[in-house]
Amino acid sequence: MSEHRPDLRTWIAGVVFLGLAGFVGTTLPNFNTSKTVEPAIAKPDKPVSNNTAENSRPAFSPPGDDEIPKNEFGDAVRLGERIFHDTQGNAKEFVGNSLQCSNCHLDFGRLANAAPLWAAYVAYPAYRTKNEHVNTFEERLQGCFLYSMNGKAPASNDKVMVALESYAYFLAKGAVIGADLPGRGYPKLAKPAKLDYAYGQQVYAAKCALCHGADGAGQSAADGSVVFPPLWGPRSFNWGAGMSSITNAAGFIKANMPLSQGNTLTDAEAWDVASYMDSQERPQDPRFSGSVAETRKLHHDSPMDMYGQTVGGVLLGQNSPAAGPQR
Amino acid sequence: MRLVVPCFFVGLLSMPIHIAPAHAADGRDIAAGGNGRDAPACSACHGAQGEGRPDLAYPRLAGLDSAYLIEQLNAFADGGRNNEAMVPIAKALTADERQAIAKFYAGLATPKVDEPQKADDKTIAAGAALASRGDWSKGLPGCGQCHGATGQGVGKAFPTLAGQSAEYITAQLKAWKDGKRTNDPLHLMTGISGKLSDDQIAAAAAYYASLPAAAVTAAPQGSKP
Repeated sequence: MSEHRPDLRTWIAGVVFLGLAGFVGTTLPNFNTSKTVEPAIAKPDKPVSNNTAENSRPAFSPPGDDEIPKNEFGDAVRLGERIFHDTQGNAKEFVGNSLQCSNCHLDFGRLANAAPLWAAYVAYPAYRTKNEHVNTFEERLQGCFLYSMNGKAPASNDKVMVALESYAYFLAKGAVIGADLPGRGYPKLAKPAKLDYAYGQQVYAAKCALCHGADGAGQSAADGSVVFPPLWGPRSFNWGAGMSSITNAAGFIKANMPLSQGNTLTDAEAWDVASYMDSQERPQDPRFSGSVAETRKLHHDSPMDMYGQTVGGVLLGQNSPAAGPQR
Repeated sequence: MRLVVPCFFVGLLSMPIHIAPAHAADGRDIAAGGNGRDAPACSACHGAQGEGRPDLAYPRLAGLDSAYLIEQLNAFADGGRNNEAMVPIAKALTADERQAIAKFYAGLATPKVDEPQKADDKTIAAGAALASRGDWSKGLPGCGQCHGATGQGVGKAFPTLAGQSAEYITAQLKAWKDGKRTNDPLHLMTGISGKLSDDQIAAAAAYYASLPAAAVTAAPQGSKP
């Protein structure tokens, strides 16, 4: 791991330098002159595959909605699907930000390389280093609410949990229990030699800000409904979420972003823009011990995790909005 | 002396109020009667209340985001978007006039007018499914993932689709697909239209044309959550 360790000091120093330069009103020469973000993406010559490294392995196909049984179980599946697509409208009491399940699990949890539900369902129970015990699928779902949705976990027998588990079970119909299905989670990109925050910022401005806003706060329609999810700030996922790991974010971004243009960013662009996104302030980790340094040591001790690190003079985690629903 | 000073200030304050209206472009007037130079009345093609002419693929303008409308007028004027009718008109409008027209149309809550041909329910349902779910077998997100769940539009880059004419939507999707319209941010629509089949284009267009016009709200579009 250590030989792949990105040179964090170099780019943090760069960020501090940029900040200082901005402070005294100096325009710096672009030290990334060798790299420019293409302003537009050419039409791909061939259809873009969503499977980056796994084309050789057969893909699993979840059943279509027309296969949902017309009975009580089918009702639970359909409710689960509705919760998944419109979490704000159907599980509001457990949500503390502006996100939907389907923001990160694309195509209603069906899309390979966008953390599909069918692959997750057959992978539990499993031991997780995150909490150092064997987790059931149910506990894994509760973690999504606690961290990614910055909310609170529904009880095991809550209608929301039963519906989501029913939906995941339905989507996994025919999959092999315990199989590590191709397309599970997000693609694992080869570790970068370094992370370039400044270049990530350029990529963000060129490719992401159109939808997610220059300040990462997302965008809503005039009627107030959130259309583009906030990527950081008080209405986004908290510091305990999987997406706050640069590794996960880079994999998701590479395969799926900009939406409809998956696999058009280079690996370096995906890594750098992920590091930029994950170097911004967001709601506190619900496991916060009272000390940023201690919480980093306990839960964020990785070069791919910016919690507790200083970026642009700001100690991330120090000024985080409180975890959980603020209502 | 005490009286003179306040009077002096009142005089200063009132001056711009008397002068400004005579010079400001009035969007309503230009829409109804042209700008008195080379730009004819917008209403001649886009309808008296910006409802558009679905039978001729002239788009609905009522309720569209004003910044989006300004960008399109600018694009017609500077070569970023091509249209035989609109290019000379946009060139004949000053920046102030474009702004005034855009603001006028953005504030109109004109009801949707009938399409020349009513689409069948099956086509509309297929369009609704495409709008909500997309077609990920081809890497297509749902239209609503960018244009809003009900096609209400988001900010200046993702225009309102609800209530737009099917003919206009179809014409634009085909223009992107054929490389004839290229002013889409990040070339998102160029990529999307290239993956859409003709049936899917017809279905999406029929679905959005079947929706009532989106409500016009006072809040600025593209606001933060």
